[in-house]
Amino acid sequence: MQNSLPELVKCDVFSLFNQMRSVSVDLNNDSSLLIDIPDALCERDKVKFTVHTKTTLNSFQKPEFSVPRQHEDFIWLHDTLVETEEYAGLIIPPAPPKPDFEGPREKMHKLGEGESTMTKEEYAKMKQELEAEYLAVFKKTVQVHEIFLQRLSSHPVFSKDRNFQIFLEYDQDLSVRRKNAKEFFGGFFKNMVKSADEVLISGIKDVDEFFEQEKTFLLDYFSKIKDATAKAEKMTRSHKNVADDYIHISATYSYLLICLHSLCVINAYRHLEKFSELLEKLRKVEGRVASDQELKLTELLRYYMRDIQAAKDLLYRRARALADYENSNKALDKARLKSKDIPQAEENQRQCLQKFDKLSESGKQELTSFKGRRVVAFRKNLIEMAELEIKHAKVRIKSAVCSEHNLFTHN
Amino acid sequence: DILKKRDSSYCSLDVDTLNSQTVEVIAIAKSVKCRGSILVTHLAHISTVELTLTTPNSRGRKEIIGPTGPLSTTMSTQNSLHMHNSLNKPLEELEEEESGDTFELNIAVTNPEKMGDGMNAYMTYKVSTQTTLPAFHIKTFSVRRRFSDFLGLYEKLSVKHHLMGCIIPPPPQKSVVGMTKVKVGKEDPSSAEFVEKRRAALERYLQRVVAHPALLQDSDVQEFLEREELPRAVNTQALSGSGFLKMINKASDAVNKMTIKMNESDNWFESKLQEVENEEQLLRRLHASVDSLVNHRKEMCINTAMFAKSVAMLGSSEENSALSRALSQLAEVEDKLEQLHQEQAFSDFFILTELLADYVRLLGAVRGCFEQRMKAWQRWQEAQATLQKKREAEAKLLWANKPDKLQQAKEDLTEWEAKVGQCERDFERISSTLRKEVHRFEKEKCRDFKHHIVKYLESLLRSQHRVVKCWEAFLPEAKAIV
Repeated sequence: MQNSLPELVKCDVFSLFNQMRSVSVDLNNDSSLLIDIPDALCERDKVKFTVHTKTTLNSFQKPEFSVPRQHEDFIWLHDTLVETEEYAGLIIPPAPPKPDFEGPREKMHKLGEGESTMTKEEYAKMKQELEAEYLAVFKKTVQVHEIFLQRLSSHPVFSKDRNFQIFLEYDQDLSVRRKNAKEFFGGFFKNMVKSADEVLISGIKDVDEFFEQEKTFLLDYFSKIKDATAKAEKMTRSHKNVADDYIHISATYSYLLICLHSLCVINAYRHLEKFSELLEKLRKVEGRVASDQELKLTELLRYYMRDIQAAKDLLYRRARALADYENSNKALDKARLKSKDIPQAEENQRQCLQKFDKLSESGKQELTSFKGRRVVAFRKNLIEMAELEIKHAKVRIKSAVCSEHNLFTHN
Repeated sequence: DILKKRDSSYCSLDVDTLNSQTVEVIAIAKSVKCRGSILVTHLAHISTVELTLTTPNSRGRKEIIGPTGPLSTTMSTQNSLHMHNSLNKPLEELEEEESGDTFELNIAVTNPEKMGDGMNAYMTYKVSTQTTLPAFHIKTFSVRRRFSDFLGLYEKLSVKHHLMGCIIPPPPQKSVVGMTKVKVGKEDPSSAEFVEKRRAALERYLQRVVAHPALLQDSDVQEFLEREELPRAVNTQALSGSGFLKMINKASDAVNKMTIKMNESDNWFESKLQEVENEEQLLRRLHASVDSLVNHRKEMCINTAMFAKSVAMLGSSEENSALSRALSQLAEVEDKLEQLHQEQAFSDFFILTELLADYVRLLGAVRGCFEQRMKAWQRWQEAQATLQKKREAEAKLLWANKPDKLQQAKEDLTEWEAKVGQCERDFERISSTLRKEVHRFEKEKCRDFKHHIVKYLESLLRSQHRVVKCWEAFLPEAKAIV
C-alpha cells in the first residue's frame, strides 16, 4: 500500500500550474533570467526538483539548462544568503518549508486498515480522493520552491549572487557544499540568539519614525497572521473531513440501491437513485471547495506569515547593526579617554555607521515595496477565492435543481 | 369450495384483520364475477370497514391499491393485471356510495414542559389531535402525555397485535443520560437539543401509529389520544421487574431463532427477510456516516467562527485601509457562512439522521414480525407432532384393546386435531397479514424517504443561494483593494 504512493506522483506538473501562481505576483517577467520547476519526482521520502533556467546573461555558461535539486539544497542557498553580510539590509525571501506528506500518508494508512469494512466502490472513491490530496500537497511544495527561486531571480541584488548561480548551474550534487553537522548546530544557536533579539527590538523605541512604525506594525501583524493561519488550517481540515464524509454517504446510498431489487418497488426507488447521483456530484464540489480554500486562503496566509518573519529578520539585523554602532561609539569614547588605538576605533565606528546607514536605506526600500507586494497578493487571492466559492455554490445549486426536476418528472 | 371455506372462516375473525378481510372479500366477489351488490352486502355487515378504507384514502386514492397488490400473486389462477385494475374500481365506487368526504387525522406533539423537580422530574408533551373521524367524540382536542405513556402504548399494542403479524412502529429509545441532564436542570443547548429531538421523534412515532389502519381503530390508541389522565405505565421503567423479564425473553428468543429451521413453503418470505436484514445493515451504516457528517459540520462551524474572529483582528491591525476593510468584510462573510453551516447541519441532522435511525428500528420491528411468523409455524409443527403422538397412542391402545383408555385417547385426538387446525389457520393468517404489512410498510418508507429528500434539497438550495449572495457582496470589496 505505502509503496504505491511514490509511483503515482511521478508526473509532469507543468499543466497543473496554471491555477497555482497565486501567492506571489509578477515574478518571472524579466526574460534575462527565467526560472521554473517543470518536473518533480517523489522517491520514498525525498522530492527531487528539476530546476530549469533560461537566461540571456553572460555570467552563465549556457543559455538554457536544467539541474536536479533536493529540498536541502534550497535550504542551503537560503542560509548562505542569510549569512552574507552584504544582504543584511534586504528582506531575504523565506525558505520553502519541507515537503510534508504526513497527512495523506496517515490517511492512506487508515484507509488500508479500514479496507475490509468498505464496499469496493467506496474504497475506490476514497483512494481517488486520497490521490488527489497527495497530488495537491505535491503541487503546493513545488510551487513554494519555485516561488522562492523566482523571487531571487527577480531581485536586482540576489540574482547576481554567486551562490545562487552555483545553485542554478552546478550540475553535480551540491551535498559537498551543504551544511555539515557543525554548521547545523551553529544555526541552532543562531536561532536562540534571534529570539533574544526579539526581546531587544521590541523594548527599544527607534529614533527613525518610519522604522518605529514598521516595527510596531510588523510585530503586531505577525502575531495576528500567525493566529489566522492556524485557524485557517483548522477550518480547511474540517472542510476536508466533511467532503470525505460525503464520499462514504454517497457510496453507501449506491450500495443500498444495488440491494433493493424488489421488482414491484424499484420504480419507487428511482428517487433514491437520483439522490445518490446528487450526492456524488456534491461530494466532488465539497472536495474542490476545500482544496481551493486551502490554496487561496490558507496558503496565502502561510506564505505572508513567513514573509513577514523575513521582514522582521531585517529589522533585527538593523537593530543589531545599531547596537554595533552604539558599541563602537562607546569603544571610540573609551579609546579617546585612554588615548590608545584611536584610529582603529574611529575606523570601526565609521564602518559601523556606514553599515547602519546602508542597512536603513535599503531596509526602507525593501519594506515599502514589501507593503505593495503584500497588498497586491492579498487582493488577487481574495478575489479569486470569492469567485471560486461563488462558482462552486452555483454548481451545487444547479445539481440540486437538476435532481429536484428529475425527482418530479419521474413521478 | 376453497373460496367458500375461506369465506366462512373469515367471518369469525375479529376486527383487527378487517383490512385483509375486506380485500379478500373483494377478491372473492370478483372471482365469482359479481360486482357492486355482493360487495355492498358483505360490507354492510362490517360497519367499521368504511374507516379502514377511507383513512388510507386521505392520502390519495392510489394507496388502496397497495394492500391488494400482493393478492394478485397469491391468486395465481387469475390474471394479475386484470385483477389489479378492476379491483381499483369497486373500491372507488364504494367510496362514493358510502362516504363522500375523506376522513382525516392530524397529530402534533408540541410544548415540552418540565414537571416536578430533581430526579423525579419528567417532561410532558402536548399531544394535539385534529380529526374528522366519527370514532372520536370531538373534532379537536389535546392531552398532556409523558414519555413513559408513549412506551406504555407501545407495550399494549405489541401484546395485542404482534401475534397477528402487524408491524408496530417502535417508540423512540430511552436515554438515561439525556434525561438525567434534563432532570438536573442544566440549561445548556445540548439538553435543549435532546428535548427537541425527543419531541420530534414522538411526533413521528404517533403519526406512524395512526397511519396504520388497524392500529388506528384500536381502543388503546384512541384512549391515548383522548383521555385526560392515563394510569402510569410502570412496567416501562428500565430497572423494573418487567424490564428484567423482557430482557430474559429477548435472550431466549435469540436462542430460539438460531434453532428454528423453518421449512419455507413460500420463497417470498425467505427472500424478503434477507432483504430486510440487508437493508437494516445498510441503513445502520448510512446512519453512522450521516452522523459523522453532522459532527464534522459542527466542527467546521466552530472553526469557521474562530477563523472569522481571527481575520477580524488581522483586519483591524492592517495598515492599508482598503485591505483592512476587505479583511473585516471577509470576517463577516465567514461568520455568516458559519451560521449557514449550522443550519445545514441542523437540517442534515433532523432530516436524515433521525429518519435513518427510525427506519433501522422499524426494520427491526419488521424482522420481529417475521420471527413471530416463524414461531407460529413452530407452534403448528409442534401441535402436529403432538397430534401424531396422540394418534400413535390411540393406535397402540387399539392394539392393546383397552376400551376405557381408548375413549380418553379419542377425545384427546379430536382436541389436538382442532388445535392443529387452529395453528394452521393462525399461521396462514399471520403469513398473509405479514405480506400485506410489508408492502404497506415499503410504500410508506418510499414516501417517507422521498419526502425527506425533497426537504433536504430545498434546504440545500436555500442555503446555497445565500452563500452565493454572501460572496457576491464580498467581491466588490476585494476588488476595491488598492
